[in-house]
Amino acid sequence: MIHSLSVRVQHKIDPFFRWLTLTTSCITLAIVLAIIVVMAAGGWKAFAVFGPRFLIANIWNPVTQQFGAAAPLFGTLASSILAMIIAVPLAFGTTFWLTMIAPSRLFSMVNMAVQLLAAIPSIIFGMWGVLVVVPIVAHVVQPFAQWLFGSIPIFSAFVAGPHFGTGLLTAAFVLAIMITPSITAVMCDVFMAIPSVLRESGYGIGATRWEVVRYIMLPYAHEGFIGSIVLGMGRAMGETMAVTFVIGDHNHISWSLFAPTNSISSLIALEFPESPTGSLKLASLLALGAILMAISFFTLWCSRWFLSRGSIAQCR
Amino acid sequence: MPTPPSLPIRMEHPLSLTKRRRFIDCIATTFSWGATLFVLFFLGSLLWTLLYNGLPGFTFHLFTHSMKAPTQNGGLANAIVGSILQVGFALLLATPTGLLTGIYLAEYGGQSALARTVRFVSDMLLSVPSILVGLFVYLIMVAPLKHFSGFAGSLSLAILAMPIIVRTTENMLRLVPASVREAGIALGIPHWRVTLFICLRAAKSGIITGILLALARIAGETAPLLFTSLGNSKFSLNMEQPMASITLAIYEYAGSAYQDWMQEAWNGALLITAAVLIINIVVRIGTRKGHL
Repeated sequence: MIHSLSVRVQHKIDPFFRWLTLTTSCITLAIVLAIIVVMAAGGWKAFAVFGPRFLIANIWNPVTQQFGAAAPLFGTLASSILAMIIAVPLAFGTTFWLTMIAPSRLFSMVNMAVQLLAAIPSIIFGMWGVLVVVPIVAHVVQPFAQWLFGSIPIFSAFVAGPHFGTGLLTAAFVLAIMITPSITAVMCDVFMAIPSVLRESGYGIGATRWEVVRYIMLPYAHEGFIGSIVLGMGRAMGETMAVTFVIGDHNHISWSLFAPTNSISSLIALEFPESPTGSLKLASLLALGAILMAISFFTLWCSRWFLSRGSIAQCR
Repeated sequence: MPTPPSLPIRMEHPLSLTKRRRFIDCIATTFSWGATLFVLFFLGSLLWTLLYNGLPGFTFHLFTHSMKAPTQNGGLANAIVGSILQVGFALLLATPTGLLTGIYLAEYGGQSALARTVRFVSDMLLSVPSILVGLFVYLIMVAPLKHFSGFAGSLSLAILAMPIIVRTTENMLRLVPASVREAGIALGIPHWRVTLFICLRAAKSGIITGILLALARIAGETAPLLFTSLGNSKFSLNMEQPMASITLAIYEYAGSAYQDWMQEAWNGALLITAAVLIINIVVRIGTRKGHL
């Protein structure tokens, strides 16, 4: 049918098609603007009532209608930073193995496995965390840590508390196992994008594998490397389902790694259904959402900045 | 006799230096083996847990019966249908918008201010925590209409799928050589037909890959559905009403204390993981062999 249109008509469609694509791209713009406006407007009430103290107030009491962001904010940041402390060495080690050590047959297998595992839905990690990680933490890790550090004055605070199994460290570990494949995938891309001449010249002057990575590859691609880490961090902070099951749902800041706490996203998932429209609790949850969005945009901005300065601008 | 000036290099026996370098390299290699095995061990443990708990009871019964009260031997049929409907409708929304936006970015936008803004904003959308998308759709659609619906769930999934499709469409169109476009234009073909019937056809495989990856991503999402489609334990094809989905069923059942609900949660988990992994494997094999 299109073919039978006259040439003149066909050329008249051109500006219309251009206009159509332009208008459609504005939809994306409109959605993001709408998300920002709606979240900020919804959360405004919380800031209006509690003032800037909302950010640092360590209280979450629906009975007295007092809400503060400190505990979930702490939980989000602490769990994702701990997750990164676990995940980054693992991802780096796996990348080192994949790019430098692995025989080519094993490489394609493990590489495929890592990329596939990055696609597993996060709720599966949450269920696995409940069934496997929680009992291990409760019966093995925490008793062992208490036996090891329990009598040392400062360290004992980090391992104190009853053996729930759910808590900060469990959430961080599940998050770490969840984000390691995706960090590895990006890191591998970064390393593969390094011209092989550099690597070969390193070997040519007699450098060991570690020296090639440490003194040639890392300095060459450090921005892309950091970008991949920040990208993983962003994913860890916004994660809901993997965390909700294992973090313990307790709005409380504690020094102990084993104490139940809460993250912004799991607090929203758990308490939103019990928040009536127009209530102060709903406004506080939306304000938390706005804070989480601000943090995730900031990490995205950082990762883009690092990745675009690094060797691959269009990583993913 | 004056002493010679001390040299700035450490005078060591060359063999000991070599030994130390080898030693450090050995540590790094061991560590990287360890890290890889550690990661693979835990991911293997995840898959094993999934199979061990999910395979028993993974029968035809699951696909023919809807969710029922505990101990009544229900299935997941309504959740499966709900998932397919919502994800399908989400792709129906996201694919045309994503394609057109990707076409604008690759063919018309160039490096203009609007194109750069759209690119940045689409990346922002890619990194928004998915629960916030659910919250957003709740506020703009569920709260004003005063009821949860399958359409709202679809909308939030579409918002998550769109940036993936935009990104792959743009990248794939950019891979089409400019000479192909020029040849088309030189033949007097209008730009829109060059784009739709030449460039898009050349980039077809990559774009389908992007759509399938978006499908795999949104099929496993739970958080954006919590406040939008809510879940439903009855069989329903009406997308204007609350709608079940596999992930929501898993979330509801996994938090329960009933043995058979837990069992169905694991069945559902196995089902959704298998679906997501199969889509990914198909995409990878397809792109490697050049089909698709």
